[in-house]
Amino acid sequence: MNYSKLDSRKIKDIFAKRAMFFLCLCILSLTLFIAVGLWHKSAAIFSLVSLKSVIFSTAWRPFSGQFGLGGFIIGTFWVTAIAMLISIPLSVLTAIYLSEYAGRRLRNISEPIIDLLAGISPVVYGVWGVIAIVPLVRNWLMPFFSRRLPFFPFASDNFTGFSVLSAGIVLAVMTFPIIISISKEALKTVPLEIREASLALGATKWQTIKYAVLKKAWPGIIAAVILGLSRAFGETMAVLMVAGCAIGVIPKSIFDAGYPLPALIANTYGEMMSVPLYDAAILLAAFMLLTVTTLFNVIGWGVLLHIHAKES
Amino acid sequence: MAKKYFDKRNTEEAVFKCLMVLSIFIVAVSLISILATVLVKGIGALNIAMLTKTPEGGYYLGKTGGILNAILGSVILGVGATLMSLVISLPVVCYLNLYLKKNSRFALLVRFSLDVLWGVPSIVYGAFGFAAMLFLGLKASLLSGTVTVALLITPIMARSMDEIIRIIPFELKEAAYALGSTRLETAFKIIFKQAQPAILAATLVAFGRGIGDAACVLFTAGFTDSLPYSLFKPVATLPLAIFFQLGTPFPEVQKRGYAAALILTLLILTVSLSARFLSKRFTEHLLK
Repeated sequence: MNYSKLDSRKIKDIFAKRAMFFLCLCILSLTLFIAVGLWHKSAAIFSLVSLKSVIFSTAWRPFSGQFGLGGFIIGTFWVTAIAMLISIPLSVLTAIYLSEYAGRRLRNISEPIIDLLAGISPVVYGVWGVIAIVPLVRNWLMPFFSRRLPFFPFASDNFTGFSVLSAGIVLAVMTFPIIISISKEALKTVPLEIREASLALGATKWQTIKYAVLKKAWPGIIAAVILGLSRAFGETMAVLMVAGCAIGVIPKSIFDAGYPLPALIANTYGEMMSVPLYDAAILLAAFMLLTVTTLFNVIGWGVLLHIHAKES
Repeated sequence: MAKKYFDKRNTEEAVFKCLMVLSIFIVAVSLISILATVLVKGIGALNIAMLTKTPEGGYYLGKTGGILNAILGSVILGVGATLMSLVISLPVVCYLNLYLKKNSRFALLVRFSLDVLWGVPSIVYGAFGFAAMLFLGLKASLLSGTVTVALLITPIMARSMDEIIRIIPFELKEAAYALGSTRLETAFKIIFKQAQPAILAATLVAFGRGIGDAACVLFTAGFTDSLPYSLFKPVATLPLAIFFQLGTPFPEVQKRGYAAALILTLLILTVSLSARFLSKRFTEHLLK
């Protein structure tokens, strides 16, 4: 009697173990599964055009069978580059201040606020972009820069304010939380003794940070930047709302409209079923996004994992 | 000579300190600006009808109605996805922390792929959900939307639970084992009780992320003007309602879009603040 009770408990335990193991395997294979699923659906397009022409051609005319994603890739590049140029210095400096200079109080307040910023819906960021950033670009930045500096990244004839710069600014704000919080973690792992040794040698606080702390923490900060980059790369709704998104326009200036890949995917919803191979092209775009962001993520988290392993 | 060098060092210190304070200021101002814009623009257009009515004919052309369909749709979809994600996350986290050794390679791999999945853009989940729907012959519906959102939020939920369960003192586990309990019993009777606040907080955070996301329900949940009534019919979601209202050329419809954005933001803020409050409140009585 007693034994059979014990057995049933053990059987339950073993059964649970198997089921949990199976779920873990599902998680492990999910990325691969998504990749295979998207590839399977998008491979049909290669009967018509080559991979090279899809990536490099800028002719996007789905109705006549031309599926050049080049223009959208350039759009993504512009938006991400602007976002990173704005976000990296601001977030890294903020992280350094919060971890090295800030008192306890500021640190305690900043943490929930950063969480809050991370939790806001992308669509709300988009609304903010439309209400605040687009007019800012249209009424202030665009007239100011394109009149005084009428050359490469500033000259433009797009006066709407819906531009790669607006999208870049919104994306920059969206990447603040991730870059700040992971950089802060990286700075936290630097032992206090290193700082004390440097300060004892007469270095100023900033010299200590520059020569001692950052020397130890830079891989973590690079990882933070890579993860932020990947976040900006795949962000969809906010970009869709502020980037302008006109087909055939390839941005040549920060004030030009752009059409990044994720926005293309989201925008063609509904119309893509009626044209042959259209859905294949869109799913190929999704596959490309998945590949690039996964690559960034593997590098970023790999670096962090390596740091963690070295520490313990 | 020595004095001059000293001055240069101090100048550099001052310059960088200024830059850092400026950065913090810009980051803070952008957050305040987001909340302030949404609040100021939204509160004027907010009214009871928005919360209690569904869109009537021509709502998106400026006629009367509300977005109750989208609010309800988002909440139902969010709750469903969160529950589904909880059913996946809890066993995974339990397996990682109870059944595997501390330095297990397999656990490392699972954690790593959760991190990588966390970084996959939501539009990719949406496109994948869409491809899977085509494959299975399904239409855009509450069910497919829920499953897609569940996939999106599972990494977030599992990782944040794991972070907490990982640091539960191992003596607790050992005490339970020593009393003869199996690992499953330890999980349910000890670990989950100890980690209750963490599980609750992780669930709420994931719920907030789930109702806020638009890119992944765009293809999979569709949109409709009626209240959600069937698992197999399209369902309206709040982020998409905001997006569509802002996309119309009519100022009065756009204003309602701002109000809808305010509703969504308040919903998410309430959820994330209560997550924080609850986890603080409950951790007071836990063993450290």
